[in-house]
Amino acid sequence: MRAATRTTVIRRALAAAGAVALTATACASSSDGGGGGSADGVVRAFWTDPQHPVEPANTNEVQGGKVLDMISRGLKKYNPTTGAAENAVAESIESDDQQNFTVKLKKGWKFSDGTAVTAKSFVDAWNYGALVTNKQINSYFFQYIEGYQDVHPEKGKPTAKTLSGLKVKDARTFTVKLNQKFSLWPQTLGYSAYAPLPKSFFTDHSGWLEKPVGNGPYKVDSYTKGQSMKLSRNTHYAGDDKPRNKGVELKVYTDQNTGYTDLQAGNLDVVDELPAGQLKNAKRDLGGRYINQPAGIIQTISFPMYDKAWQSEKAIKVRRGISMAINRKQVSEKIYHGTREPATDLTSPVLKAAGGYQPGLCGDVCSYDPKQAKKLIEEGGGLPGGKITLTSNVDTGSHRQWMEAVCNSINRTLGRNSACTVNPVPTFSEFRSDITDRKMTGMFRTGWQMDYPLIQNFLQPIFYTDASSNDSGFSDPQVDKLMDKANSATDEKAAIGLFQQAEKRILDTLPAIPLWYQNGNAGYSSRVSDVKLNPFSVPVFTDIKVK
Amino acid sequence: MGRYVVRRLLQMIPVFIGTTFLIFVMVYAVGDPVNAMFGERAPDPATAAQLREEFNLDKPIWQQYVLYMGNIFTGDFGNAFNGQPVTELMATAFPITIRLAVLAIVFEILVGITLGVLTGLRRGRPIDSGVLMLTLVVISVPTFVTGSLAQYVLGVKWGWISPAVSPAAPARELLLPALVLALVSLAYVTRLTRTSIAENARADYVRTAVAKGLSRRRVTVRHLLRNSLIPVVTFLGTDVGNLMAGALVTERIFNIHGVGFQLWQGIVRQNSPTVVGFVTVLVIVFLLANLLVDLLYAVLDPRIRYA
Repeated sequence: MRAATRTTVIRRALAAAGAVALTATACASSSDGGGGGSADGVVRAFWTDPQHPVEPANTNEVQGGKVLDMISRGLKKYNPTTGAAENAVAESIESDDQQNFTVKLKKGWKFSDGTAVTAKSFVDAWNYGALVTNKQINSYFFQYIEGYQDVHPEKGKPTAKTLSGLKVKDARTFTVKLNQKFSLWPQTLGYSAYAPLPKSFFTDHSGWLEKPVGNGPYKVDSYTKGQSMKLSRNTHYAGDDKPRNKGVELKVYTDQNTGYTDLQAGNLDVVDELPAGQLKNAKRDLGGRYINQPAGIIQTISFPMYDKAWQSEKAIKVRRGISMAINRKQVSEKIYHGTREPATDLTSPVLKAAGGYQPGLCGDVCSYDPKQAKKLIEEGGGLPGGKITLTSNVDTGSHRQWMEAVCNSINRTLGRNSACTVNPVPTFSEFRSDITDRKMTGMFRTGWQMDYPLIQNFLQPIFYTDASSNDSGFSDPQVDKLMDKANSATDEKAAIGLFQQAEKRILDTLPAIPLWYQNGNAGYSSRVSDVKLNPFSVPVFTDIKVK
Repeated sequence: MGRYVVRRLLQMIPVFIGTTFLIFVMVYAVGDPVNAMFGERAPDPATAAQLREEFNLDKPIWQQYVLYMGNIFTGDFGNAFNGQPVTELMATAFPITIRLAVLAIVFEILVGITLGVLTGLRRGRPIDSGVLMLTLVVISVPTFVTGSLAQYVLGVKWGWISPAVSPAAPARELLLPALVLALVSLAYVTRLTRTSIAENARADYVRTAVAKGLSRRRVTVRHLLRNSLIPVVTFLGTDVGNLMAGALVTERIFNIHGVGFQLWQGIVRQNSPTVVGFVTVLVIVFLLANLLVDLLYAVLDPRIRYA
């Protein structure tokens, strides 16, 4: 009797397991077809889940930015080839004094839900982005507009809900008053944080986040978080860069390697994040369908200028010596397989000469010269305390490899094995906390990805006294003065010239050593053509043709 | 037995509280997640303060824990930083991983035990040595190697399967990942079963059963196998938890959006609510699986009783 019951138990268990397996299979076959083939004319692209909800003033990483780039257009847009800021929704942005601007919009622009793009669409969106209680990560983009202190005080509650510097004149005109002169300001307006927002964003915010609505060349058809976003042409789009394909499907991948494998297997068309381990083979694997071009990102090593040991005149010599001890060419070839370019100024080649990129501005200091390096370091009294550390997080981006290579290069130069050591910090947030709390004592990794292709963006946020990303704590009244002067200059050329003077001065003190310019890398399938990356290393989806 | 189950369930409470508290402290101690949200930029202090308030990060850690647990008991696991409720992530991730784990366990039971019985009864024969060698190879090669290799060969070279599993993750597409996931455990199950069978094959009760004239099949399945299964069941029980969490590597390779993927994303992005939430559920799964194993002992061996 006992035995009999027990067998039943086992049998039941087995039956249950079988049933589970069967149901699993059954569910599967019914929901089939979603993954396999894709509609004709649609570009299938690599994507990972954006870090934050996709909304203009709250997106600061590439994946969310990719979507905003497709579904929204601001006053300006950056030319995908030259990086120059060109009018998009704006008809004109004018100013007599570099501080008060009048913005006029073009006729006929509409959001993908059919409502018109008006001056209010911009003003409301900017006010929303700036208000501190909306917790928008990109709030600081509005810091130059008058009244920012009231809606975004450093402490306490905001005293105003809207920026006093923004005024709607009529349906297609509004004025902006800045809190300082900023001649290049109109050219910053191509960044997606400045995108206009339709009424539905404010009336049904969560609904908008589920399915964002913008005025860009594409509209969102469906968005399943963690799986995919399907976009099709926005029939209301008034810009001249209309999509040449029927739509884009962004497919979420768990891993870059899987994306790459899927590209090779022909299940994916565009991958704009090639795994570091595959860079060596990508060119051969993909035939000609491999892209490697400058991307508006510069990597640097910064020094804690707030530390006494690094403040003296002699320390400048040590910093120069360290810079000359680094064999940039070798590292970028051996570790990065040509996807990094040794840096010789503090900007990026995407700016082009007209935009302020000046190769060689750094001079001898950025070229490898072990003899001179050793001499300079010795003249400067040697490394502070006899040795130096290089700190970075090591959880992402294979930072450990290049750090070790850089340290080896320094050690070989000085002929001492323990002169430079790597100080790995396990997580990115811990690393950032240490930097923000000014806890660094030696060199640390700093990098800058531009917000907009302007020389101002490569210098002011990083080297102006107390600027938002001034991680090294560098401060030089002369540099500040030159930047102020540049911002109040009436013409662009003069402004760029003044910024370059400031840059030269920074390089003389060398609070940060330029390492290399980072390239954007992408691969694509033979099913598509005309794939290119814009200066932000995001694929120009509107141009892609599907065969 | 009923009383035993109740006692075991009560014992789970302190274990549950202890483990979740440890995880909570560990996740929240590794740095300020708000800092990481701002990327390479220094966070703007005003916005950061607002965000800290939203996620209760401005309070002492014990208070955060109490608040968090309070919410969990009302079914609110909080929001991931991309605004999606963690329960929603769980609702999509767990079914997929459970499907994967069930398939893997079915592989382990069917293939592992069959191979174990075969080799255990034929000790020293070529098939025994062959399988032993094979399991040794399987155990020594890491999962990500077998996974990537299988994916490349079957997916890219021969084109038999799609290298990436689609978001719906039907069982058909999960067969290969499940096999990859099961392989190492499968090898252990084979070896465990083999040893156990080999040991019991010489036991008195087996001789008695044979002497009674029972069929070979009945002797093997009803007498020999049932008595040999206890160590195997113990292993399988603890493996349930391992499979759920250990799917991390396999899920990444095959682009399966399950528990392992969500956990990995949560860790990489310092998404504390996701990590703590998922691990909390995994702890419960682990505890229940262990309870089930203990209860199965009595089914397999009536001499084991519960008081």
